Amino acid sequence: MSEPIPAIKKFSDLANPTIFLGLTARIVPFLAVATALMFAFGLYLAFTTEGDYQQGETVRIMYVHVPAAWLSMMCYSIMAASALGTLVWRHPLADVSAKAAAPLGAGFTFLALVTGSLWGKPMWGTWWEWDARLTSVFVLFLMYLGLMALTRALDDPAKSARVAAVLILIGFVNIPIIKFSVEWWNTLHQPASVMRMDGSAIDGEFLRPLLVMAGAFTLLFFTLHFLAIRNEIWRRRVSAQRRLAARMANRES
Amino acid sequence: MTHAFYVALSYAASGIVVAVLVGWTLLDGRAQQRALKELEAAGIRRRSAARDQAEKKA
Repeated sequence: MSEPIPAIKKFSDLANPTIFLGLTARIVPFLAVATALMFAFGLYLAFTTEGDYQQGETVRIMYVHVPAAWLSMMCYSIMAASALGTLVWRHPLADVSAKAAAPLGAGFTFLALVTGSLWGKPMWGTWWEWDARLTSVFVLFLMYLGLMALTRALDDPAKSARVAAVLILIGFVNIPIIKFSVEWWNTLHQPASVMRMDGSAIDGEFLRPLLVMAGAFTLLFFTLHFLAIRNEIWRRRVSAQRRLAARMANRES
Repeated sequence: MTHAFYVALSYAASGIVVAVLVGWTLLDGRAQQRALKELEAAGIRRRSAARDQAEKKA
């Protein structure tokens, strides 16, 4: 954008789309480079560290499966925070943020389901089981698709914003269900082993690549989220200007 | 099927999903940017952009 970038003096200035666009143009190149470097390092670690004594090579699936699953929940949490921003503070970018995050969340949830299935077949002997963890993540995937359809079904973003925000907040109940499903019910899925009150139960050999890959995926998410918010701001400007053009054409005729 | 097969398939799936997300985001951005340029070329400007210019002139 060639427009001059106004200075950011306080947090609420970020609500100004023009300021946000300026900020995105400055931050995204750094985020993109950091993402690429982190992925290069993560993939190097993922394929140079040792296999597990029981799981063998398939432990390497964990380095993409766990970050994707973690992002699927983080993305929904960001959407829930955005929904609060829409309903409580009427922040003009909150709805844009929630709408832009939904396809990313759907993508990472899909990846978590696919890689989980590819890990389940050799380790559990089955591609899929309708147990608590797998089913609740599948429900999360369907919720992302539903929210994508809803936010794109109505022409007026102001109308769809409130409906989507309410639905996002209702759906947030699924996030603790996913997190604790492995403790509340009998499931094939293993219980939490990285984030535990008594410390991680994973050996450093596997934890290092896992954390680097999780960092890389998280950076990728924020890079894409910034860009997707920018795209959505542009899209709304295009439709506003098209409406303006139509009004002007009407007046002239 | 060997374990390496499942590992390779998992990383291939990850590559595809990441490529689709990145590609979609970039192409969408390009499409919106093109639409904005076309509108500007047709003489349609944002009201606030027009106001900014008027203020600069004054």
